[in-house]
Amino acid sequence: MGLVQKIVTWARIKSPWIIHFNTGACNACDIEIIAALTPRYDVERFGVILKGTPRHADVLVCSGPVTRQIKDRLIRIYEQMPEPKFVVAVGTCACSGGVFNGCYNVEGGIDEVIPVSAYIPGCPASPKAIIDGVVKLLASVDNASKPAKELVVNGT
Amino acid sequence: MPEREVKLTIGPQHPMLKEPESFLLTLRGEKITDMTVRLGYNHRGIEKACEQRTYIQDMYLVERVCGICSHSHSTCFIQTVEEIAGLAVPKRGLYIRTLIAELERIHSHLLWLGVAGHEIGFDTLLMYTWRDRELVMDILALISGNRVNYGMNTIGGVRRDITAEQIPQILSAIDTLEERTKYYIQVATQEITLRERLSGVGKLSKEDATRLGAVGPTARASGVDRDVRRDDPYAAYGELSFNVITDDHSDVYGRTLVRVGELMEAYKLVRQILKQMPDGPIAVKAPRKIPAGQAISRYEAPRGEDVHYVKANGSDKPERVKVRAPTLANVQVVAHMLKDGYLADTPIVIAAIDPCFSCTDRALATTNLDNGRTDRMDWPTLRTYGIDWYSKQGIDFAELNRKLRTMRESN
Repeated sequence: MGLVQKIVTWARIKSPWIIHFNTGACNACDIEIIAALTPRYDVERFGVILKGTPRHADVLVCSGPVTRQIKDRLIRIYEQMPEPKFVVAVGTCACSGGVFNGCYNVEGGIDEVIPVSAYIPGCPASPKAIIDGVVKLLASVDNASKPAKELVVNGT
Repeated sequence: MPEREVKLTIGPQHPMLKEPESFLLTLRGEKITDMTVRLGYNHRGIEKACEQRTYIQDMYLVERVCGICSHSHSTCFIQTVEEIAGLAVPKRGLYIRTLIAELERIHSHLLWLGVAGHEIGFDTLLMYTWRDRELVMDILALISGNRVNYGMNTIGGVRRDITAEQIPQILSAIDTLEERTKYYIQVATQEITLRERLSGVGKLSKEDATRLGAVGPTARASGVDRDVRRDDPYAAYGELSFNVITDDHSDVYGRTLVRVGELMEAYKLVRQILKQMPDGPIAVKAPRKIPAGQAISRYEAPRGEDVHYVKANGSDKPERVKVRAPTLANVQVVAHMLKDGYLADTPIVIAAIDPCFSCTDRALATTNLDNGRTDRMDWPTLRTYGIDWYSKQGIDFAELNRKLRTMRESN
């Protein structure tokens, strides 16, 4: 690994910018993601900042099962993100479709549509689990500039 | 040069929105002349899914209509089922339900206060309120075992009791929260930037609020004195005394004052509930199969009046479930409030009704942006679509209906 690449990887791990996208969630995971950003849990201490546009983000944080309406938009947002990009599925619905599995308007988990790097189960995933997932994802990026392995974080 | 009309699409992914919804604004300069909403990104088909599951499963499914007012939806659903089955819930069960409902209102209103602060660029308020909100989340986790989606209700009562050790913990958290809310009231009434930013934004007169059918704090901030908890008491509200907070500002500032006022009332209610809570059982045993019948139930969720309708057919699964979430009533009001307002006020005006689109997305509606035509999937089409979809999965309704009919006839 060249020096420039080392610096880039270091910078990426020290300050991953995330974008949050609700793909059809019930808001429970979404408020837990925001709770993870606010003072009690404060993921900003790991350099995580919530950004408004996918073009600035390294990590796409998805919550909820993928509905038929949102599928194309999710793919479009994923394609707008610069490489290397990581996807975190927050909550049981995002991991597998959860209780909504089998509903006529639901495609299933996030991995039915786009590749996922980390799964955080829980209904909803607690802020503690979300922090654990983010830290494990960063560790796996740190371990190598090789692609992140699939991780499963222990439940809530 | 005369000002041209500009069409601006916001969403489904936009930093202003926490949920995927699409708004089409028509602008003339900085002024909004028209707005249409495109709903349905969050439509998961819960009502149809309810018909496939038993009442016990539906209870948990309905809770996931919305993660913020989860207790509202599950209570509203269960009230209808209990009415059809003719179950009398024990007093203690009703009090515990009311306690969770008020704690949920506290968490939801604190959440809103933070989001409103965020939308006007006052992120300090977001961080303050969300830090304080963790106290009530701890209490909810202590009582129910989960921070969100509590799973407290069951048909015929509640699943968990309140122990004597929990009561002082709840009271001490409520005391701290009350102190903090007093501070927020001080901020809301004395902080000049907040008052100037919110006053006169998103005007909604009392007549318009009544005409357009606004509900909850949005209606109460326009002087409409309407609250299901007082007008049509459910659970233990009939035995509790509280004030319905109204305000005459008719703008976003008024909605803020109503919500902080309701927070203070909720603290009073929690103390009253803990003081008056009778001893006794918390639930009665409910039958698996609910007799045929139909019922409708109203519930004052943090966002406004929530309505559930259930039609039972004598089996262990409902025949039809209908949810009318509060945001659906308020979303038409937003279009009215935005008209003749400024583009820069859009985030706070939309946030001011405390929108919850995962609650709202009960129907599929698509608007063709080229010709402005709206294609709505009406109920018969949706029903046919659902039946087709399930028959592809190997579930045949015709066969099931025939079996049901023979079963009923033999009875």
